[in-house]
Amino acid sequence: MEKFTTHNGLVVPLDIANVDTDQIIPKQFLQKTERVGFGVHLFHDSRYLDHAGTQPNPEFILNKPEYADASILLARENFGCGSSREHAPWALQEYGFKVIIAPSFADIFYGNCINIGILPIKLTEQEVELLFQHAGNADLTLAIDLPNNTVSCTTSDGTALNFSFSLNKFQQYSLEEGVDSVGWTLNKLDVIEAFEAKMPVWQ
Amino acid sequence: MAQALTMYEKLWRNHLVEEKAGETPLLYVDRHLIHEVTSPQAFANLRFHNRPVRHPERTFATMDHNISTRSIEINAAGEGAANQLRALEKNCKEFGIQLFGMGHKNQGIVHVMGPELGLTLPGTIIVCGDSHTATHGAFGALAFGIGTSEVEHVFATQTLRQNKAKTMKIEVKGQVGAGISAKDIVLAIIGKTGSAGATGYVVEYCGEAIEALTMEERMTVCNMSIEFGAKAGLIAPDQTTFDYVEGKEYAPKGEVFQQAVEDWKQLKSDPDAQFDAVVTLEAKDIKAQVTWGTTPGQVISVDGVVPSPDDFADPIEKESCINALKYMDLTAGTKMTDIQVNKVFIGSCTNSRIEDLRAAAGIVERFVAQGKKVVDTVDAIIVPGSYRVKEQAEKEGLDKVFTDAGFEWRLPGCSMCLGMNDDVLSEGDRCASTSNRNFEGRQGRGSRTHLVSPEMAAAAALTGHFVDLNA
Repeated sequence: MEKFTTHNGLVVPLDIANVDTDQIIPKQFLQKTERVGFGVHLFHDSRYLDHAGTQPNPEFILNKPEYADASILLARENFGCGSSREHAPWALQEYGFKVIIAPSFADIFYGNCINIGILPIKLTEQEVELLFQHAGNADLTLAIDLPNNTVSCTTSDGTALNFSFSLNKFQQYSLEEGVDSVGWTLNKLDVIEAFEAKMPVWQ
Repeated sequence: MAQALTMYEKLWRNHLVEEKAGETPLLYVDRHLIHEVTSPQAFANLRFHNRPVRHPERTFATMDHNISTRSIEINAAGEGAANQLRALEKNCKEFGIQLFGMGHKNQGIVHVMGPELGLTLPGTIIVCGDSHTATHGAFGALAFGIGTSEVEHVFATQTLRQNKAKTMKIEVKGQVGAGISAKDIVLAIIGKTGSAGATGYVVEYCGEAIEALTMEERMTVCNMSIEFGAKAGLIAPDQTTFDYVEGKEYAPKGEVFQQAVEDWKQLKSDPDAQFDAVVTLEAKDIKAQVTWGTTPGQVISVDGVVPSPDDFADPIEKESCINALKYMDLTAGTKMTDIQVNKVFIGSCTNSRIEDLRAAAGIVERFVAQGKKVVDTVDAIIVPGSYRVKEQAEKEGLDKVFTDAGFEWRLPGCSMCLGMNDDVLSEGDRCASTSNRNFEGRQGRGSRTHLVSPEMAAAAALTGHFVDLNA
């Protein structure tokens, strides 16, 4: 996994609550046996006017040319709810998102993001609202500093914004170091074996 | 005096492999269920790192998500599905995992198959790359969905890193009225909490109305825990649980079973255990439920009307209501019983077990006695949850009840719940579905889903609209 330390990027505001993982990557694109090829289908039903995905919907925010280079997704509450499909964060990552900011995330989605190296940032509803107010002109660039847990920017009207966020310690470490979590745990086989030796016979 | 613990805290304590400062706690996984859609990339990574599956005997595979419900041929579901199904066959063979594949007597939807084979036991941790793994919490198992990276972690280590969740007690007091199903109970709970009301929590369902449920009904309740954001749902194991598990193919036998029951009896929350949140419902107030919107929390009693955005004070809920009415093509104030459907789906890991089919067949018989059949404008399919369910239903003649009335009787699988196979809705279709999600496009782009109980779905098929069966 790539290491994540700091990131500066353009914000695209997706002003919808309860965005579920079926919307992020619809079911018909899950029939792959590899981890690539999902980005083009991200938000397929909103992004394209036709089922085949040949006609981009000009009204959908990701299709507006001024947001083409966005790497930070600003979202509303309960982002990533529903299905546990890791294909959703794969699609977001392949599209180019490195950071997702929302007031709340669904639990499984949040963990899946960290496991693949996307940084999900929880801010307060007021802070998210403030960012939405400034992100509409496609000129909001945020500086994300993971080691210091800060989100900062200067808005077009010259206002300096600084927010802090927190992550569970080990998740923060995993992201910063790009830890192979399976390898990490495999170094503890003795502890796991000791646990197994004590398990009841029926378990 | 030992500290009073909730069931979740006991399950946690019993599975804690290591808790170290600065690290996310490591939990032991007793049972890993896998299917074709969320496992191939995990197997690919194992191969890349040359790592084995640490406990293949704790791992069980089935094919369910994108298989055809018309044929047991692997190729029948199309090329993409066939590739995944073949990959699962190859992976299970190579890594030594028991697979219940197409045509196998144990094949079925993963959350139907596990419990009916006795793979699901109280006091265990069960995971699967599927968010409806919460189903198995009906047994007093800590069961939850995981992503593919976590599937890989469990393959390689038989453990998982998890942060401790908060606990929520959901008590349903008293007894529900006649004709009210487990699906109505859980939809009413979600309606009360909202679609994200339990994010960050493991919920425990309790109270008289919950204790009175059969195991299959408990599975329906726990299955939908994820639909209001819960990590997992739990119900304390009791005699109903032990009687169900005893004698199942993979369940412990003889003295070991007796020992297990003694251990399982210790799992229930201590009387003075503290929960982080408590939600209470009066069972007698719960009526038959139908969703009107595009999240499971957008639900109302069948004798109600489609809500208006003005009914919601919260700006986000108001906005969600406006969007949902537009997508669902519904007008505020419309009676729920006036909503016409053209598709009916009875199936899914929520409602495809034998008791669900019996309940639906009972309603079908009631309407057939009045000279009714599935209405001409409605396509209705019944998809049993597993081969065993299908066989049992056929033994009882339920398939005949359905087919004589005009339903299609299909082969087991996830089918139209998520529509990964060819059982999809078309743009503008309106479906009464016993599944668990009514998201935009869930059952097909531009299609509209109303979540209901098997009884309500059957009634909708025979009348063309929702019916207040208790009126």
